[in-house]
Amino acid sequence: MNATSLPFLFVDALLINNFVLSVFLGICPFLGVSNKFDTAWRMGVAVIFVTFVSSLFAYGVNAILVQWNAEYLRIIAYITIIASTVQLVEMFIKKTSPALFRALGIYLPLITTNCAVLGVAMFQTLRDYSLAQSLVFSVGSGLGFTLALVLISGIRERLDLADVPAVIKGAGFVLIIAGILSMSFMGFAGLGAGE
Amino acid sequence: MQPATPKGPSDFDTFIKGLWKENPVMVQLLGCCPVLAVTISMRNALAMGLATTFVLVCSNILIASIRRFVPKQVRIAVYILVIATFVTIVDYAIKAISVDVYKALGAFIALIVVNCMILGRAEAFASKNTVWKSLLDGIGMGVGFTFALVCLGSVREILGSGRLFGIDLFGPRFEPWGIFAAPSGGFLVFGGWLLFFGWLQARKQARLQGDAK
Repeated sequence: MNATSLPFLFVDALLINNFVLSVFLGICPFLGVSNKFDTAWRMGVAVIFVTFVSSLFAYGVNAILVQWNAEYLRIIAYITIIASTVQLVEMFIKKTSPALFRALGIYLPLITTNCAVLGVAMFQTLRDYSLAQSLVFSVGSGLGFTLALVLISGIRERLDLADVPAVIKGAGFVLIIAGILSMSFMGFAGLGAGE
Repeated sequence: MQPATPKGPSDFDTFIKGLWKENPVMVQLLGCCPVLAVTISMRNALAMGLATTFVLVCSNILIASIRRFVPKQVRIAVYILVIATFVTIVDYAIKAISVDVYKALGAFIALIVVNCMILGRAEAFASKNTVWKSLLDGIGMGVGFTFALVCLGSVREILGSGRLFGIDLFGPRFEPWGIFAAPSGGFLVFGGWLLFFGWLQARKQARLQGDAK
């Protein structure tokens, strides 16, 4: 597979370089929101949407900044885009689906400080992706984030029933599980390596 | 504002709590992404720690000094813009100082903006305290953050590549323990440190309870 072809980019962001388990982006929600399966996948869907929209806007704004020779404004511009996208999504969900809005609760505004979202915007700029590549990359990473979140929340729900020694309960334990999960994701590194 | 607060914590307490008792990474679990991502080597870990400390101290000072003029409704947006400005400065400063470090840290310099520790300190401390206290808090938290980075960086560089600061430690017959340089090693080492600190804490509490009896 060609390293810049759209299917490869998608699989790469989803599995090979999974945003949470290989690139370490979005660890805070990964640790904070992952104790219930229900909230985990809802959070994931919201992140996919925000990533997609902000990636689209970031591409456009970057083109304008480059034209004006104002690349130094990039970080400020991107974070403003993400904050306003989150605000828009919040208003939109509140209007169309109050039930989902209540379910997401505090996690919705917190997406602003989710490094995965800014990470997508920065990576697509650093790697000079075209518009189509950026969008595929953003959906792939959003799905990868959701996948990791859903996997770990499933494991954590089972662990609530297991007999775990009191000393190792807590965040350290979750990180060890994440380490093992990440080790198993290393197996995907071979994907797309052969031409 | 009240004229001086004699009952509040002393300057020393404000500074020292970030190092241990309220360590942002090990205790509060804030700003974990860079902790895991850049700690493959000590050099990267220290560079990241210094960059984050600089941003934290500067934004704490600025936010504390403008805290009375910022309307409550837009404060988060103002904080993020302040932080983003300092991150831009750091981004260009590192590029000018060392291109190697800049390439190694990559997008993670820009991602200091979304380090929840910095926004957390702005919201929880700098927006309510004087400039001097916020400065101390920023330095304390920054050093605590760097300490956590160094904890992970040292273990991962020594075991993962048999080096420290790029200097060989074990001679040519050492076989690098690859898993510690890989992403999963980051999770495992961080988890191990958290378990260790949790164990220390539990032991201390058990001892205090024993004394009370």
